[in-house]
Amino acid sequence: MTTTTPQVPTVRPPASGIGSRARKARKALTSPWASTLAIVIAVLWTVPTVGLLVTSFRPELDIRTSGWWTVFGDAFAGEGVFSLRNYETALYGSSTNMIEFFVNSFVVTLPAVFIPITIALLAAYGFAWIDFKGRDILFIAVFALQVVPIQITLVPLLSAYVDLGINGTFWTIWLSHSIFALPLAIFLLHNFMKDVPRSLVEAARVDGAGHVKIFFQVMMPLLTPAIAAFAIFQFLWVWNDLLVALVMGDLRTFPLTVRIAELAGSRGGDWHVLSAGAFISMVVPVIVFLALQRYFVRGMLAGAVKG
Amino acid sequence: MRIQKFGGRRRGLALAAGVASTALVLGACADTEDGSGGDGGDVEAFEIDCSAYEEFGDLEGTTVSVYTTIVEPEAETQQASYEPFEECTGVEVEYEASREMEAQLPVRVQAGNPPDIAILPQPGLLNTLVTEYDAVLPAPESVEANVDEFWEPVWKEYGTVDGTFYAAPLGSNVKSFVWYSPSMFADAGYEVPETWDDLLTLTETIAGETEGAAKPWCAGIESGDATGWPATDWIEDMVLRSAGPDVYDQWVNHEIPFDDPAIVESFDMAGEILKNPDYVNGGLGGVDSIATASWTDAGYPILEGNCWMHRAANFYATQWPEGTEVGPEGDVYAFYLPAETTDEKPVLVAGEFIAAFTDRPEVEAFQTYLSSSDWANAKAVATPAGGWVSANLGLDPENLATDFDQLTVETLQDPATVSRFDGSDLMPAAVGTDSFWSGMTEWFASDRSTERVTSDIEQSWP
Repeated sequence: MTTTTPQVPTVRPPASGIGSRARKARKALTSPWASTLAIVIAVLWTVPTVGLLVTSFRPELDIRTSGWWTVFGDAFAGEGVFSLRNYETALYGSSTNMIEFFVNSFVVTLPAVFIPITIALLAAYGFAWIDFKGRDILFIAVFALQVVPIQITLVPLLSAYVDLGINGTFWTIWLSHSIFALPLAIFLLHNFMKDVPRSLVEAARVDGAGHVKIFFQVMMPLLTPAIAAFAIFQFLWVWNDLLVALVMGDLRTFPLTVRIAELAGSRGGDWHVLSAGAFISMVVPVIVFLALQRYFVRGMLAGAVKG
Repeated sequence: MRIQKFGGRRRGLALAAGVASTALVLGACADTEDGSGGDGGDVEAFEIDCSAYEEFGDLEGTTVSVYTTIVEPEAETQQASYEPFEECTGVEVEYEASREMEAQLPVRVQAGNPPDIAILPQPGLLNTLVTEYDAVLPAPESVEANVDEFWEPVWKEYGTVDGTFYAAPLGSNVKSFVWYSPSMFADAGYEVPETWDDLLTLTETIAGETEGAAKPWCAGIESGDATGWPATDWIEDMVLRSAGPDVYDQWVNHEIPFDDPAIVESFDMAGEILKNPDYVNGGLGGVDSIATASWTDAGYPILEGNCWMHRAANFYATQWPEGTEVGPEGDVYAFYLPAETTDEKPVLVAGEFIAAFTDRPEVEAFQTYLSSSDWANAKAVATPAGGWVSANLGLDPENLATDFDQLTVETLQDPATVSRFDGSDLMPAAVGTDSFWSGMTEWFASDRSTERVTSDIEQSWP
């Protein structure tokens, strides 16, 4: 019990620090000009999405012959026509059911989020709290890997998978996403871990905790927002990814994005279905984002404070 | 602080569990889905003679993978056309279609993971695969025999690189068509023109008799990152008509420069219609609207009576909005884009080719099937809605579903027909899929002169 008491003051100052900054920010942002600007920006950013949503409910010929904004005039005149036809076509309009691609998206995304976070946590802990020879060089090397564009790795990676004989399985996609995510994940989590006061770790060590215990009992609870923030990033990236899925995957592993890219048809003539497809694919990321958004904001703040 | 965090974590776990259980439920759905994952069984299958595939031995239980650009909904009829072969031999054909196939195929080839068979949408890609990656296998004898029997020699040439025959042609497109409304023509007392001069006279007559937004012609060349290609077809058709097939071949092979006077003349022939504000762009705007109108919708003004004629390929038949009747008595139909005289019949065509990357017996057997007349007829029977043809001479027009498809294939099989492959598909990529497209777009959008456009394209020739 006595060990927990000194924690209270160490945790509180940053909280009140954020509070005072927030107050200052609120004061600075409550000018009517700032509010107007914020609203204008918000509207501007939302208009394309609203347009897409409206379009997705319009009949094919309307989409092709007039703009989505005309529906408001038509609706006022009592002539607005809406239909679910596009959604029906997108969901059931082919011999392959979209549900299969939905499942594939989950099967691809969950491990592709879980694997890099697990490895990055361990690596970040090592880089932050274990002294070993060449640590800084190695850390810089990992960090520097971020500058490698993934496009140039596609062909070598794929031929490596073919040589290994794991081509055509989900492993190629999980591994690829993990490889591409790790440098940033290690760097971010390392910064968060470094942020934990040294005294806390030393206190735990004095009490006889080893690395394993420190990792699980001290670090993990403090890192939840950071992990959640990175998990959202990675989830959105993998869920929306088309390139890796297309190059590394095959028929059995294609996620939703691949199916949606095909919706337009061989010659691009069915593009009116794309708006509905986009909203079907958007549902899951929106749910995930809304469910985890407070971690997202907290995680961003934590990163910002670190600088 | 700490309690809050634990609470947060638990919620996170609950969410994760929720997601996982949703995934499980969805997974269960997918399993049942797999069981019934058959294909359009309501389509009557075509009967073929199985003995042709006995020479390849027992193929029961083997698999052939096919990689193609033909996605839904055309993919369904494509797969259905493989069924007679699958029933004969017991081979399972694994069909994979992607709109990104042209970019993906070289990646897979380089990584040592090519499909067994790829359906190439144009000969340019075959050329790249052969010369740069040395990946395509020469066609087996049985395939070559089929192609010699069922195809005009000119088609075999398109599948040949440096004297070696690699790829047999598959489906074909015919681009030299003009879409119109038969009832509008009948009401106004117009006849389908037989020669180029007739067409120009008709255009002038229509322009004189119509008012308001209605114009004789409508056109649109917007097509995402391929914007401009429909206009290249226009030009190619004009070169075939004004300069003739021989000059066309020289032009495509760059034996004459792109800005040769004969080609400039062809541009101006197209411009006579397309750049005349009195003749275009029915229901869509002025001349510059040609550059921004989507090619998929550019013919729709015909349905509203704002446009009289729209030059587009045979596959435009499937682009009309649902419920549009395509036929000699229907809402829309097409006539052959006339040549200078009725004696000549140049036709601009395009098509797919099959390239093989592995030489297992089942792959050769499948290649043989695809190059045979059996396949062409099976595909015709499996496509009840129409919109597909092949220049395969063994294709019985009776098997085709629509009047229009029959017209298309008769145009192809007509002995007077001189067919030439879409030139932009044969030119180097820097021209055929780049400067030619952008040059045509500028020609309309900024009213750039023919001389400048053609000399710019000539400059870009590698």
